[in-house]
Amino acid sequence: MIKTDILIIGAGPVGLFTVFEAGLLKLKCHLVDALPQVGGQLTEIYPKKPIYDIPGYPAVNAGELVDNLMKQIEPFQPTFTLGERAEVIERLEDNSFLLTTSRGTKINAPVIAVAAGLGAFEPRKPPIDNIERFEDDKGVAYFVRDPEVYRDKKVVIAGGGDSALDWTIFLANIAKEVTLVHRRAEFRGALDSVEKVHQLDMEGRIKMITDAQVVGLEGQDHLKEVTIKHKNLGTFAKEADEFIPLFGLTPKLGPLENWGLEIERGALKVNTYDYSTNVPGIYAIGDINTYPGKLKLILCGFHEATLMCQSAFKYIYPDKKLSFKYTTVMGEQGILATASKVAS
Amino acid sequence: MIQITVIDREGKTHELEAPTDMNMNIMEICKAYELPVKGTCGGMAMCSTCHCYVLSDHDLPEMRQAEEDMLDQAFFVEDNSRLGCQLMLNDEMDGLIIQLAPENED
Repeated sequence: MIKTDILIIGAGPVGLFTVFEAGLLKLKCHLVDALPQVGGQLTEIYPKKPIYDIPGYPAVNAGELVDNLMKQIEPFQPTFTLGERAEVIERLEDNSFLLTTSRGTKINAPVIAVAAGLGAFEPRKPPIDNIERFEDDKGVAYFVRDPEVYRDKKVVIAGGGDSALDWTIFLANIAKEVTLVHRRAEFRGALDSVEKVHQLDMEGRIKMITDAQVVGLEGQDHLKEVTIKHKNLGTFAKEADEFIPLFGLTPKLGPLENWGLEIERGALKVNTYDYSTNVPGIYAIGDINTYPGKLKLILCGFHEATLMCQSAFKYIYPDKKLSFKYTTVMGEQGILATASKVAS
Repeated sequence: MIQITVIDREGKTHELEAPTDMNMNIMEICKAYELPVKGTCGGMAMCSTCHCYVLSDHDLPEMRQAEEDMLDQAFFVEDNSRLGCQLMLNDEMDGLIIQLAPENED
């Protein structure tokens, strides 16, 4: 079991900056994120987009901001559980929280800071009525865990981005048959991959069906065929053992809806005094929270994180006195000395 | 000021008065009228929660790459699909009729 002072749900910009502010107060942080990498929306949705309203940066690319935040918090040695979704929390006898992730990792902390943005990123599921019936090894998977599953199988892949192209190319050598279905003739993936897929199609090693989408799934205990709707040719069935829809990721509030937190229009209600939720010990900062006048801005999230850490300190150590020092007063030596106490 | 018509997901028609001098797009005007348009990404053509169908035969600005790419990851896409956030309000849009596309919620 991992033990920490502040358990941060969400490793986006606001969650990352929390580590710094907590660190100045000698509080240790552990971050959990459903994505396999840090940065949240900035890394997943718009890494190359410049942001113009980060104070002190006339312009900064989202990905670069994440890199800088990682550099800024490095002295405080935060720990991470990535690629796992925060699933269940329980309150222990000593009043601390125990979080269990989707892969069973357990983390114990007196304070939880929910910095989950718009929620946990999950694959976009196509709106096919019975699709859930074929999940869990019955023919539908939203990402490829083990390519060997597809050996000598008839595979249908849907989508037009890099993952659809890459897996089409990769599985062409493993599967018995690969069919790529996409809604238009153009693909948005890397040019190399697009050319490669066209070449494989010409060589007859894969089958490409464009201007089409998968609209139905058939089978008893396992997927048997998919129904494809083509713009000009109408609807037809295609034999398939496995269907891999690859339509990117989208954030979902998910399990944290069941944590007893007050929710208003998909966001967690907080007190603007310290960004605490209705559950003592749980705070919500950044895009995930709501209060009168709320703006979903990174810079506002940074402010919220800073005030939240002060409150978290008092919550964890009600009898300790908290003296506030500017980082300019602490200096680099002071910050590093503080950091070494957090890390130990 | 122009007039646009929005048909919501329940089939109800809303007449909106839309200013053309405030640098607003269709997603934003829908939100201003509290229609059920999320606009999750804030207008970067990166989420498709403002996906709509254009029902009138207005000559709209052509789709840019980002919009086409995002529609690849959306569902219920038709030939008249657009992302509201990519349609800046202008005087030529007077009388425009759009319908909100279904949401893909499980």
